Amino acid sequence: MTAATMQRNRPSGFRISKRVLPYVLSLPALLVCIGILIPFFTSVVYSFQRYRLSQPWARQFNWGDNYISFFTDPRFWNTLEVSLLYAGITVLLELLLGLGIAMLLQKRSTLNNFISIMLLMPLMTAPALAALMWKLMTNPGFGVLSYLASLIGLQDFRWASSPSTALFTVVLVDIWVYTPFIMILLLAGLRSLPTQPFEAAALDGVPRSFVFFRITLPMLTPYILTATLFRLLDSIQQFDIIYAMTQGGPGDTLTVFQVEAYLNFFQSTNVGRSAALMIILWAITYFLSNIFIKNWLRLRERARGQA
Amino acid sequence: MEHTSLLERVLRGIALTLVVIFFMFPIVWIFMMSFQTNETILRIPPQLVFKPTLANYTALITGKLTTAAGTLDIAFMRNLWNSVFLSVTSVAVALLLGVPAAYAFARHKFRGSEDIAFTLLSFRFAPALLVLLPLTLYFQKLGLANTYIGLIWVYQLICLPLILWIVRGYFEDIPADIEYAYRIAGHSWFATFRKIALPLAGPGIAAAGLLAFIFAWNNFVFALVLASADKQPVTVGALAFITSSGIQYGQISAAIVLSITPTLALALYAQRYLVEGLSLGAVKG
Repeated sequence: MTAATMQRNRPSGFRISKRVLPYVLSLPALLVCIGILIPFFTSVVYSFQRYRLSQPWARQFNWGDNYISFFTDPRFWNTLEVSLLYAGITVLLELLLGLGIAMLLQKRSTLNNFISIMLLMPLMTAPALAALMWKLMTNPGFGVLSYLASLIGLQDFRWASSPSTALFTVVLVDIWVYTPFIMILLLAGLRSLPTQPFEAAALDGVPRSFVFFRITLPMLTPYILTATLFRLLDSIQQFDIIYAMTQGGPGDTLTVFQVEAYLNFFQSTNVGRSAALMIILWAITYFLSNIFIKNWLRLRERARGQA
Repeated sequence: MEHTSLLERVLRGIALTLVVIFFMFPIVWIFMMSFQTNETILRIPPQLVFKPTLANYTALITGKLTTAAGTLDIAFMRNLWNSVFLSVTSVAVALLLGVPAAYAFARHKFRGSEDIAFTLLSFRFAPALLVLLPLTLYFQKLGLANTYIGLIWVYQLICLPLILWIVRGYFEDIPADIEYAYRIAGHSWFATFRKIALPLAGPGIAAAGLLAFIFAWNNFVFALVLASADKQPVTVGALAFITSSGIQYGQISAAIVLSITPTLALALYAQRYLVEGLSLGAVKG
């Protein structure tokens, strides 16, 4: 039966409700979210104001001053640098590791399936709690990792409490938590690839490296892109791990965007600067998510098509 | 792939072993620490063999920790209860709001439907503090500061997009003809929704609910900003615990174990749906 005949066969009274019904169904969800959208616009307004919670009387519009002052503010450049560095390093390493592990586990076997399920456990651990776990393990007094470091000659390795190794330590925790995310996505991708090209390549005796770079990688690209952008969007906004581990310290070593905004708001009560920081971060994520959504949609259509 | 040499298999084995050690070691180690007394924990080199004790768990559950210096109150069970309550109610609310909306988006292409769906999706990727910081000021005015209602409302930011986009996919997978046939037989749209669409999408809805629960449970920043001690879930509570009782490492480990066990257990149960949920329906497992 075609859609047109369907249209005619429908019970009467259906057409009226059909026009209103979807709105009725989605309205409650929408209303709940509008309440959350309002603070977003408030943030935009705050970012153009001189607004300190400690001096509410001095609150006034200063238009772009919060943004202009960033140009000459070394703290801001530090925030930008650390955020980009953190996101770049974590995503790159997680991508390489995740791809490697996915390829190790590609063949369906009981052992491989068991390992891939086990590896999901870090991902299901709350990042804030994961940071605490690593904090206990890197404690200079009794931490097992500090002990292991001393065994390989790194006496007095300070992990997150030294400015020179703090970034390394939080990146390590991020890798521990999120590599399984990339791994599981790429594993699903690898296992969904058609087998014919690989069989043909094997028959022709094509070298492994050629198969990897010319067949596997190109076919896996949509999955890699989606996984990478997903992680990039989260990583540039990382808060839980860094805050739970070092609260942005030591000093301002790890004051990434969200941590810096949090400290600005609650410690120096500088609402204006905090809002301006969040707007800049939002602009970055908005740009990234636009690229992301296109890819994500393409992959989603494909997944639905296979269903 | 079948013609792998012995050397390659050995190398693969070594690589996989290293991977498993790196990812499992922290969980195993904290689990072991939770059964040790502070005395054993502080010993150097770290002990692999020790006499396990349940004292840490008893202290957490009774809420009283007796040390040489006196008795210390531990409010951790309160945090655990808050986590359970906040996650369960948030997911229930998100299902109640999200499933009908997902059905609307899947079945009816109405004006603005894609815009609304994408707006909801964009919440997933916006910086949380962008919304949270002004919200603290609003919540104080509205009297929602440090209330469960306020928190559950904000938790919709994580739960709703997840449920909406995953469940929408499951509804789209149901052939529309089945629903038309049922409607032609004279049933109302609500009966169709309840008797046909809901049962068919049932497993997907359950999986989305479980995932939303995991994400709500693991959330940290919402409660850190909006809740004070008596409403805080385990993620924030554990951090406060580590600073307030600085040296009770055994109890802290036990608290971490109790906090991560529910999500790990649920993840094992729902692992078939995990890939799809994590990618918001873009990749099927």
